[in-house]
Amino acid sequence: MIRVVLPVHLRTLARVNGEVMVEVDGDATQRAVLDALEAKYPVLRGTIRDHGGGKRRPFVRFFACGQDLSHEPPDSRLPEAVRNAQEPFLVVGAIAGG
Amino acid sequence: MSKVRVLVGTRKGAFVLTSDGKRDKWEVSGPHFAGWEMYHLKGSPVDPNRIYASQTSGWFGQVMQRSNDGGKTWETVGNKFAYDGVPGTHQWYDGTPHPWEFKRVWHLEPSLTDAETVYAGVEDAALFVSRDGGQNWEELAGLRGHGSGPQWQPGAGGMCLHTIILDPKNRERMYIAISAAGAFRTDDGGSNWKPINRGLTSQYIPDPDAEVGHCVHHVAMHPARPDVLFMQKHWDVMRSDDAGDSWHEVSGNLPTDFGFVIDVHAHEPETIYVVPIKSDSEHFPPDGKLRVYRSRTGGNEWEALTKGLPQSDCYVNVLRDAMAVDSLDKCGIYFGTTGGQVYASADAGETWAPIVRDLPAVLSVEVQTLP
Repeated sequence: MIRVVLPVHLRTLARVNGEVMVEVDGDATQRAVLDALEAKYPVLRGTIRDHGGGKRRPFVRFFACGQDLSHEPPDSRLPEAVRNAQEPFLVVGAIAGG
Repeated sequence: MSKVRVLVGTRKGAFVLTSDGKRDKWEVSGPHFAGWEMYHLKGSPVDPNRIYASQTSGWFGQVMQRSNDGGKTWETVGNKFAYDGVPGTHQWYDGTPHPWEFKRVWHLEPSLTDAETVYAGVEDAALFVSRDGGQNWEELAGLRGHGSGPQWQPGAGGMCLHTIILDPKNRERMYIAISAAGAFRTDDGGSNWKPINRGLTSQYIPDPDAEVGHCVHHVAMHPARPDVLFMQKHWDVMRSDDAGDSWHEVSGNLPTDFGFVIDVHAHEPETIYVVPIKSDSEHFPPDGKLRVYRSRTGGNEWEALTKGLPQSDCYVNVLRDAMAVDSLDKCGIYFGTTGGQVYASADAGETWAPIVRDLPAVLSVEVQTLP
């Protein structure tokens, strides 16, 4: 299981509180986690990644273990601490505007 | 006794304002979708409890909502807006070709005959339709494909399709307007379109009389006379008596003919309303006085309506989709401001009072008259 922390607006949209847990088959990559997240909460489709190419939306960031993973290739494995659920995978609304 | 429900979209959520037919005491519900930009909410004329809403965010993109109980509860529906085929290009601000990219839904227009059918005007400008209550959307691609699409260029607010008008007497006819391309009409249900901008003159484009390129801000129609259209353009208030085939100016004695909103009295097809704004570089009322102007002659002769509106130090704007009318007798007129006020007049504009004063900036106002 992978722990995922969503920003407040997406928690409201998905009607969840706190962290969510998603099951990932095979390697826990960024793409696999987001696929599992969208499968479990279809209302999140298009809000984190584009519908078409699955590209990360510009003002959404992915953090974990104190690192910014936003620019990592989507098929690279997430840090071990995320894969074994010691640390969450954070979906973050970037600081933008005032 | 009749009731009125006002649907207000703001920069930070949606609000539903309700009153009985007297329209002097209001209940305020909201914010719904707090923190999101609510560009537009509109109810179905077939089933008034079916309301569609466009929820957007610079962070999280487009979300679509619908309600089956008049805005008390909501459910998320489809948000996939894919342009038909290869999207192609339009002009960018610098004149270079720029790929069509979906950004947001500006306007929703529910069908006059089927509560499950709703049209969506989007940025970058295109028209979509859903026939299953908002779950799935398909583009009516004939609009972008009729030939002038590559010449369209965004206005300062983006290249948005912001106005959709359905002809109640001819189900095959529909009007739309785009900033900054102009107005268009279909006579075959959306397959084929033609620009309807003859008579518009815009000094801010290279050819002031061009077929496309005009910054139309809003168009209004009275349902009893669907061939008569009124337009608030970037500058100029215009009128067409032939379904948009030709236009003539009716700005008359307005203090300025710049503005965004325009609407028609529910029972008097020659009575129209605008809110003059000083200029395209100063988006506030002239002299700090918020004045609605009414013409009872279909344009040219205008009177200022000021009673109950601030007449000093007022520097708000009224955006293009932020005026609406109810169909009670007397006709109610409503508009929202970028300062967060929603003003209502229960006597066709003679007197005004704020329903609410301190909402986030108002993007849109729609009104439902309920039994």
